[in-house]
Amino acid sequence: MDELLLIDAVERFLKGDMLPEEHKLFEELRKNNADVDQMVVEYTFFLNEINQYGESKTFRQYLTEIEQEFRMKIVLTGTKSSEKATLPTFWVRHKKNLALAASFIGIIFFLTAVIIYVINSGNEKKIKPLVEKLNQQENKTRQIENKVNQLTNSSEILAPRLEARFRATGFMIDASNAYIITNVHVVKEAKNKLIIENNKGVQYSAQAIYLNTLTDIAILKVTDSAFKKMPSIPYSIKRNSCELGEQIFLLGYPKQEIVYGEGYISAMNGYEMDTIFYQLSTPANEGNSGSPVVNRKGELLGVISSMETNAQGVVFAIKSENIFKAVEETRKIDAYKNISIQPKPALKGLDRTAQIKRIQDYIFMVKGN
Amino acid sequence: MVLTDSQFNMPESDYTLLEGLKNQDKRCIERIYRENYNMIQSLVINNNGDIDDAADIFQEAMIVLYEKSLLDNFKLSCRLKTFIYSICRRLWLKKLQKNHGRHIKVELLEDTIPVEEVVEDHEKKQENFKLMEKAMAKIGEPCRSLLNAYYIEKKPMQQIASDFGYTNADNAKTQKYKCLVRLKKIFFADYKNEK
Repeated sequence: MDELLLIDAVERFLKGDMLPEEHKLFEELRKNNADVDQMVVEYTFFLNEINQYGESKTFRQYLTEIEQEFRMKIVLTGTKSSEKATLPTFWVRHKKNLALAASFIGIIFFLTAVIIYVINSGNEKKIKPLVEKLNQQENKTRQIENKVNQLTNSSEILAPRLEARFRATGFMIDASNAYIITNVHVVKEAKNKLIIENNKGVQYSAQAIYLNTLTDIAILKVTDSAFKKMPSIPYSIKRNSCELGEQIFLLGYPKQEIVYGEGYISAMNGYEMDTIFYQLSTPANEGNSGSPVVNRKGELLGVISSMETNAQGVVFAIKSENIFKAVEETRKIDAYKNISIQPKPALKGLDRTAQIKRIQDYIFMVKGN
Repeated sequence: MVLTDSQFNMPESDYTLLEGLKNQDKRCIERIYRENYNMIQSLVINNNGDIDDAADIFQEAMIVLYEKSLLDNFKLSCRLKTFIYSICRRLWLKKLQKNHGRHIKVELLEDTIPVEEVVEDHEKKQENFKLMEKAMAKIGEPCRSLLNAYYIEKKPMQQIASDFGYTNADNAKTQKYKCLVRLKKIFFADYKNEK
């Protein structure tokens, strides 16, 4: 008997989908043919295994979703009970002493910072931001593309395309209210207009609503009415720090199409021990500013910002914890108090290509002139 | 679940939560998280772990609890909180020993109820889960996505056919069975090696 037919029969038999007639025939076949019987036993075992596997896997994904939601609620609302529970009793007992010690350390740090600042203020900075200045040639190519687009989509009335002077990257952080993270140095390049462009080349106008020059994090709001609401972001954003040596990958727009790169966290601090940043070892180019840095589990760890000019592949990314601070500060502004990070993590356990497929729609070019 | 005497001794709320978990009720699962997560987080963090370790351990304990809730003869002999604590403690201890060798000194606070058997049962079940995961990783595309769509996402064959670009459901089904034959070979090859 054909093996495929047999599996089909076993599967229907297990599900109880067999007609009584067929059931009888099937039982007879098993009785008369030991080989068939052996295969039925094997497949019954195996199908049970795979079904159990499927159920277990689904349940795990379901738990992960609930857990992420739950953990996110703690971050955003800062539930008191959770803080209390995680505090070791040690802290409660030695509150006063620790506070005293901490203030001493604080003073020492401050003095050290002042000294380091004085010593370093003479040095020239050896890092450069990763925004790509677009040249005339590319603009011309764009114009031609525009014309082609207009011809092919003649039924749609297209807004005139922006002649961009620079290109960088940004990624969605709140899909239902269209907030995007990028770098402050990117936004500052825009003297007149700022837009985002998706991987299909559609442009939407955007506005910078939050800038923090210290962390280099900027939040944009997509103001274009043509922009459609997207499903929740598939990556969660890591709240605590990551591990030295952790494998990461990034997606950004060092050219007019999305580019994938991979590497690892090579140091826990940035240029000249700047604690806002991680140091990564990964390829990155102009245009990568604002690219998300994602780990194997699909957690967002940071935002690409700059690279060292005199060393290849030394790249600096803003630690993701700064995103939470930026969002919290933005929420204090009345007009943007609806901003919230509500991921539906869907990347854990997927292979890389599947992860990229899920993420890439949430990554945009940030352009301006 | 059979309502035996000990079940009646179990606090009403614990019973409801366990039933809810069995039915994968979101509200109940969230409540179990709310009422127990912080306890486990401080247990792990105070014993050489970080926040992510805590999340992993808690999820594992939820799976143990879920597996147990499906059994007809499962009786919770203590409060749910105590059970979760004991399972997590045991799981974390095992993980620490695995990572740091047997010499690590862990002072894991209070005494707990004995759960060695429960945890060992669970680990046996996990072995087959991991074998299947390994086999799925080895099988390659498009088989992985196809089997995933049918056995995990539980999509109907008709939809799978159109998603994957087969002309009809029967062709997709034939392909699925071919993939299944391959997966079975990989699975059993590893299965015999491990046992």
